[in-house]
This record gives sequence, structure tokens and C-alpha cells, in this order.
Amino acid sequence: MTAWWQATAAFWPVGIPLAGAAFAAMLRGSVQGQRRTTGITLALLGLASLLLVWRVVADGPFATGFGGWVPPLGLVFVADRLSAALVLVTALVGIAAGLFARADLRRRQERGGFHPLFLAMLGAVNGAFLTGDLFNLYVWFELMLVTAIGLLVLDRRPTQIDGAIRYALVNVFGTIVLLAGIALLYGLAGTLTLADLARVVPALPASPALAIAFAFIVAGFGIKAGVFPLYAWLPASYHTAPPAVAAAFAGLLTKVGVYAALRLLTAVFPGALGLGDALAIVAGLTMVAGVLGAASAWDMRRVLAFHIVSQIGYMLAGIAIGTREALAATLFYVVHHIVVKANLFLAAGVVNRACGSYDLRLCGGLMRERPWFAALFAVPALSLVGVPPLSGFWAKLLIVDAAFRADHVALATVALLTSLLTLYSMSKIWSEAFWKMPRTGRPRPRPFDGRLLLPIGLLGAVTLTIGLFAEPLVQFARAAGADLADPARYVALVLSRGEARP
Amino acid sequence: MNLLYALATAILCGIGLYLMLSRHLVRMALGVSLLSAAINLVILQAGRLGAVLPPLVAEGAATVAAGTANPVPQALVLTAIVIGLALVALFAALVLAAWIKLGTLDTRAMRAAEPTAAAEPGPAPDAVKP
Repeated sequence: MTAWWQATAAFWPVGIPLAGAAFAAMLRGSVQGQRRTTGITLALLGLASLLLVWRVVADGPFATGFGGWVPPLGLVFVADRLSAALVLVTALVGIAAGLFARADLRRRQERGGFHPLFLAMLGAVNGAFLTGDLFNLYVWFELMLVTAIGLLVLDRRPTQIDGAIRYALVNVFGTIVLLAGIALLYGLAGTLTLADLARVVPALPASPALAIAFAFIVAGFGIKAGVFPLYAWLPASYHTAPPAVAAAFAGLLTKVGVYAALRLLTAVFPGALGLGDALAIVAGLTMVAGVLGAASAWDMRRVLAFHIVSQIGYMLAGIAIGTREALAATLFYVVHHIVVKANLFLAAGVVNRACGSYDLRLCGGLMRERPWFAALFAVPALSLVGVPPLSGFWAKLLIVDAAFRADHVALATVALLTSLLTLYSMSKIWSEAFWKMPRTGRPRPRPFDGRLLLPIGLLGAVTLTIGLFAEPLVQFARAAGADLADPARYVALVLSRGEARP
Repeated sequence: MNLLYALATAILCGIGLYLMLSRHLVRMALGVSLLSAAINLVILQAGRLGAVLPPLVAEGAATVAAGTANPVPQALVLTAIVIGLALVALFAALVLAAWIKLGTLDTRAMRAAEPTAAAEPGPAPDAVKP
């Protein structure tokens, strides 16, 4: 018999941050109390995520039904290897962004509602990763959207209002399209539990309604993930947020779209993996469009935001190839990318503190004056490019290897060329901000709070650890990829072993 | 009945999309609210129209009687209406903030987050002082 804390392991990564958010909202008058709430919540979230991963590794994937309903009747949370890994990385990024926010945010920003919104966003992200119900997934997407808009306008500056409107319009449209797709799919299949859909939908006869439902759902996830040609909102808005917020966005939000596409395309629409060629073209275009945008931008955060788009292309490439190895590579890539991208946005915040601007042209001299920070920046930057022995090398190796094995030679070539262009824009940041002498009147960078480097070091250590000890994570990703490639396992997991009540 | 309902939904969707394509933020907000209302109608239709019996289990019976309405889409619509209301209210607040902070509701004039190419030139010449 499992103990209560094992049985409810899938609930805590969602319940803890939501409870923390409610508590922080009640402590509206006291910034100090809100800070304590965030700190305690993040610590508990870290423990809960570790517990979840431990249970999934020890006992294998499991499903938890709520309210005494047996799946597929009630709501169900499913913790398989993919979900558990992403929940753990979410907690890690949450902790790093929380530490950075503690040192970086001004009191006014914290009074603007940072704490409750940030915690609720983490809860929503975890909810989307864990839920086994399509409509519930939509609800978590909406919660993410609402909290993200609130976090974007933390300062109420004109740029933020403008960015938030661009963000809100496209993403609201995305969720509306997604909801329409879900409604049509429900009309056809009569169920919303993912495992039940995975059983029913592949057996449905091909019909225009099914095709439209599929197209709407994929378009909705595509907008959320920032896939070509639906990515323009991303570099238009992410750079307006404070660095801690931008780091959490950059790491987590688009990846929820990738996760949802990965889950739906493998389980519910396995036939759509035959669309691999169309998806592969979209993936290639996403890589190239993102990296070219990055090459032309001079605001450091905009360079990084364009790189998110480019990297989404790699993850999509893994889904497009669709073999077991490619799905494993996608999971590895997502984990690597979340850590590295969040870290780079935090580093951008420190560059702004040191130079007084995000504009790379106005910056300089950091290598000589702040060598420690330069070393800490080099880890995620080189990892993003894919230099061994950092995590990005293994991630790209796995994707390119899977592409060659599946005869997607063109896709592999585009991926490798994109890496080269990534190197170009990372070296642009490096030579402008770190190497060149500052062009401004100020010969030395401004001093900044040393606590800002703590989360950057934490995430950098994780990147380094993944890179140097890649084998366990690769094994884990392979097991997850095998689960994804065989939807019957997912169906059996939820529909037969579902624990009716925790 | 179904056709008429679908036609009405389609017209609502069309108006909503047309308004969303406008450059005026208030029209966009109205478009969002119309479109989300139209999708709520789609959900309701996905559960099949026609049955009017309330989905109640009679005393002593194990399941609902045949020919009762499907309760699931109604629960979904209820959730979607609440979410839609929150989104439209939030978007309206953003539009108001844009009017106060940016002084315009025309999206062509809103370049705060993404400066035009003229405002973002290539590498600065060495002589430039901030």
C-alpha cells in the first residue's frame, strides 16, 4: 500500500504553487510576507517535484484520478517520465527566477503583484504538464496566459503595455482556436480524457471535421509554442518584461506548447506523424527564421527571444522525425533548453545592470572588469550553440543523429547550419558586451549585486552536470521516448491502473 | 435546427474575425469577445442539440434515462464563459492602459515595444556619445 504522500505525488507540484499564490495575494499589503511566501512555496515545490520524479523512477509512471471518479469519467493527472522531468525543471527554473527576482526586483514591481502571479504561473505550467484531460489542459493554458499578461505589465511602462497587447491578442486568439478544436474533437469522440481519446480517435473514420479539429488544435499549440509562421508575438513582447519574469517565460511558456504538441501528436493523432514532411519543413523554417531574426537584432533580450523561436524548431524537428530516438531527443532538448534559455535571460538582466542598457552597442568591457560573470555567461551561451561537453552538444547530437537515422538529411543539414548562425549571434553578444572596450563615456561597468550571480551559477551548474553526466538523462529520455512511441502504454496506464482515490 | 444554429455560429465567428482584423484596439476587443462567444456555441453544439430532458438520475435507477441532454458540454461552456469573461475584461483593461500610456488606440501608431527600422540602426559609429 502506498503512503498518502506517494499517492498524492502528482497533486503537490500544482497544489503548492496555487496555494502559495492565493496566500501571497492575501498578503498584498506586506512585501516582506509575500517574499517569505514565495521562498517557502518554491522550496516546497522543489521538494514536491523531487518526490514526483523519485516516485516515477522508482515505481514507474502512474495516474491519479480526482474526486473518487475512475478514469475516463473524472479528471485525471498522469505522471509519466516526460511530465515528471518537465515538472522538475519547472521547479528549478522557478527557484532560479525567484532568487534572481529577490535580488533584482524593485519594491514597486513586487507591489505590482509579482509574487502571486509568478506562483500561479508556475502552478499553471505544472498543471499543463501533468493533466491527462484535454479541456483541463486548455484551462491551464488560459491560467498561464492571464498570469503572463499580468507579469508582462509589472511596471506599467508604455513598452510593456504595447508588448502585452501584442502578446495578449495573438495568444487569446490561439486559445480560442484551441478551444474550437477541442470542441470539435469532443463532438467526434465524445470524450476529453487524453488516454480515452488515444483509444477512440485513431479508430475514427477520416472526416473533414476530424481534419479541422486536428488543424485547430495544432495551430493553437503552434501559436503557444512560437512556431513559424506564428511566432511574431514572441520577440515583440518577451523583451519588455523584467529579467526574472522574462527568464521564466523564455524557459517555460513556449515549451508547454511543445509539450502539448508532443503529447497530442504521439498519443491522440499517431497517424499525423505521417505528416512528418510537412512538420519537418515547418521545423526547418522555424529554425532559420528565428536565427536570422537574432542575427539582425541589437537588443540582447531580442537576440535571445529570437533564439527561442529557432530552438523551438529543433524540438519540432524531433517531433517531425517521430521515431523513438527522435522523441527521446526532443525531451532531452526541451530539458536542456529550458535551463539554458532561462539562464541567458538572467544573464541579460545582469548585463543591463552592469552597462545600464540592453543595447549591445552601448555595452562593453565586461570580460576585463567582471571575469567571473563572463565565465558564468559563457556556460549557457556555449551550451546554446552546442559546444561539447555542455548539455546543448548532446541535445543537438541526439536530434541530428535521429534525423540522419530516419533519412531526414535536409533537416539535419538545416539544423547544423542553424547552429553555425547561432554561434554567430552568441559571438556577437560576446564580442560586443564582453570583449570590446565600452564606447560610452563610462570606462568601467557599473557595480551590481553579487546575489544576482547565484541563480546564474545554479543553472550553469545544472547545464554543466547534464553535459558531463549525460548518460543517466539520455537513458531516462530513451525510456520516455519509448513510452511516447507506444501510445497503448499510456492508455493502459490511465484506464486500467488509475487509482480511483488518493 | 442544427443547420440554422451552425449558420448563426458561423456568422458570429465571421463578425468576430472581421473585428479582430481591425487596427482599432476597441474593435479588436469586441472581436475577441464575439469570437469566444461563438466558440462557446460550438461547444454546445458538439454535445448534440435536441434533447430537452434534464440529465438527472431517477430515484432507484443506476443511469440517466435515454434521451436526456448531455451535461458535459454544458459544464464545459460554463467554464469557457467564465474564462472568456476574464480574458475580455483583462484585454479591455489593457486597451484602457494603452489609451492612457500610449495615447493611441491605432495599432499602426504603437511602436513602443518594437521600434521601426529607422529607430534601430546598425552598429553605432565610434564617435557616438550616449
